[in-house]
Amino acid sequence: MAGHEAKERNCILKFEEVSLQFDQEAPVLDKVSFEIWSGETRIILGAAGAGKTVMMKIALGLLNTTSGRVSVMGQDVTNFNERQWYAVRSHIGVLFQEGGLFDSLTIEENVAYPLLNQARFMNDGQKPTLDTVRPNVQEALNFVELGSTLSKFPSELSGGMRRRVGIARGSVADPDLFLYDSPTAGLDPITANTIITLLIKDREVRNTTAAIITHRFQDGHLLANFRYNPEKDRLERLPADSPLRERTKFMVMKEGRLVFEGAEAELDASLDPYISKFSMHPAKPVHPEKPMHPEKNVS
Amino acid sequence: MLDWLKSPILTFQEFVTLAGRASLNVFRRPFYGQDLFLQMDTIGVGSLPITVLIGFFSGVIMALQMSRALSQYGATGQVGQITAITLVRELGPVLTALLIAGRNASGIASELGSMKVTEQIDAMRALGTDPVKKLVTPRLLAMCVTLPLLTIIADFVGIVGAYIVAVPLLRLTTGSQYWNNAWRSLEYNDIAQGLLKPLLFAIIIALVGCLYGMRTSGGTQGVGRATTQAVVVASVWIFIITALITRIFVNL
Repeated sequence: MAGHEAKERNCILKFEEVSLQFDQEAPVLDKVSFEIWSGETRIILGAAGAGKTVMMKIALGLLNTTSGRVSVMGQDVTNFNERQWYAVRSHIGVLFQEGGLFDSLTIEENVAYPLLNQARFMNDGQKPTLDTVRPNVQEALNFVELGSTLSKFPSELSGGMRRRVGIARGSVADPDLFLYDSPTAGLDPITANTIITLLIKDREVRNTTAAIITHRFQDGHLLANFRYNPEKDRLERLPADSPLRERTKFMVMKEGRLVFEGAEAELDASLDPYISKFSMHPAKPVHPEKPMHPEKNVS
Repeated sequence: MLDWLKSPILTFQEFVTLAGRASLNVFRRPFYGQDLFLQMDTIGVGSLPITVLIGFFSGVIMALQMSRALSQYGATGQVGQITAITLVRELGPVLTALLIAGRNASGIASELGSMKVTEQIDAMRALGTDPVKKLVTPRLLAMCVTLPLLTIIADFVGIVGAYIVAVPLLRLTTGSQYWNNAWRSLEYNDIAQGLLKPLLFAIIIALVGCLYGMRTSGGTQGVGRATTQAVVVASVWIFIITALITRIFVNL
């Protein structure tokens, strides 16, 4: 199986009783603990305002915790200052909700940004230039099928294309962990499926560890049950007993608390009305009169 | 009472922190030379036409107003002295700074504010660059270089404007007397405060613009609010600072 050699199982991201609270308000995160291991795909579900994005920002050091410990790649980063964080962040790829592209830079400069600005790509104190990194940039953009947009500006692209450029920018530096914040939010179902196909392709080709925030249960279902076939260049369903199914785990957040963690089957089996809202086959249908019809075909 | 004071004190603390970080970054690698020149072009070259225009007309208006007042005392020959001192000490620095506050504090605040609400500032941090270094420091440096230069230009054009009114138009005095008076009336004290003020105004305008831009929240509406606040706060501080500096220099 492509890229799925027996890689050493490392704990990539670890939260221990992490809480975040502003002033006297209700906590944004309340004692959240979980571990993401290498090669794993973690789907983070939850209603708006449940603390999903905050969790991602804590994992990137963009927000500080009130209490608890955070470890990234076996390193306790809880009390890191901004300068120490830069070294950690250069191993994490990230896609922001709206793509977060710099709109004053071209697509090429956007994708090249991590390679040109992260300390670990300095060559004997020599900063790489746009020309030296162009092959990597081209490759990353080809991967998201936007290889011909190098000189365009983000404002000239559609929402789905911007999201794909964001994926290219996040993956160009070959990160050990990729955080996706709502990669499909606000996109039509077809474009959303294209994005998820890219995520699956990325996982297959580079064996990335990923955490994906979403509120579409279809996204999680696709990631859990499909793999990318490079020969046929399309997705195919995993056999029911495939060990690859186990690498996708689900997490449900509610009002800053982690209320569910487990595989898709357990999510489907949950009887909790809040949790089953995010599952493909709710054990107890939320709207019995309106059964859900998730799309069957992916490509 | 304490709650009422909390927000301005917190803002002031943020301002001092930002000022400290931005100025420390001047000496730390990597340097963003390209961003610096881009900002100097936007702030300096971009503001040149309007600065020249405002400088010229403030000189013209001053000569016109003074012509009546001075003729009452038969002292129309002093018009060069009065315009030179007023422009160099006060009007040149303050008018230029207010202009640049309106033009660039708003520009900086809205640019950084839009970047904040579209997560570009977060993306910058996540991708390994310090936004203070990449965005604030070049703007601060560019402003500190260009505002004093713009002020000098405004002062000079203002004195020329006053000359045009006083000599060829109203014939208040002769050309040589005007220039002689204007030149000889200026002391080191006047030049010193005329250059110290724009430097301090530059720090205020750049940092207030950046501060309000970087703490923008609440989407597009927030960007508008940040922009307005930046211009108002910068303008108010320009007047407070000029009063303080003038107070110090008057006693020297």
